[in-house]
Amino acid sequence: MPLEAHIKEHPAWFKRFDALWTPTILVMDAGGFERSRIEGYLPKNWFRGRLELGLARVAFMHKKWENAERVYADVAEDYADTTVAPEAIYWRGVSHYKATNDHTVLGDVAKELAQKYPGAEWTLKSVPWAQ
Amino acid sequence: MLGNWKKDVDDALAEAKAQNKPLLIDFSAAPA
Repeated sequence: MPLEAHIKEHPAWFKRFDALWTPTILVMDAGGFERSRIEGYLPKNWFRGRLELGLARVAFMHKKWENAERVYADVAEDYADTTVAPEAIYWRGVSHYKATNDHTVLGDVAKELAQKYPGAEWTLKSVPWAQ
Repeated sequence: MLGNWKKDVDDALAEAKAQNKPLLIDFSAAPA
């Protein structure tokens, strides 16, 4: 569910949630914990991808590994032309590993990232998995 | 996509907890 906090109407909410810039979007879980923060404008498609990544993070942080893996996989596929995709592939692999304890998936993810997104930060983070 | 926008942060947090759903907060300075 969404809530709008305009700086002129609710400046106290900005202070309460450490929102120092606009636009800032927080994805909170049901317990009220911040799970994702988007700061600054993004084109619509990129924003939606990052928002869905935030929802995947909610599932991940609640150890709902299969749900998280599914959402990350959808994000990787639906937003393949954005920088959200390599991050989604990385966490899709981690979610699968968490669900199965099968470490071989991480090597496969590293290869996939190197092939599809060479030079991306998340590709670099996966380099140890390829060895 | 997002449904009905909530008006109060504490009410929204309570409703998110009751419904076990995530809450999106949009901090904005955009002109009305």
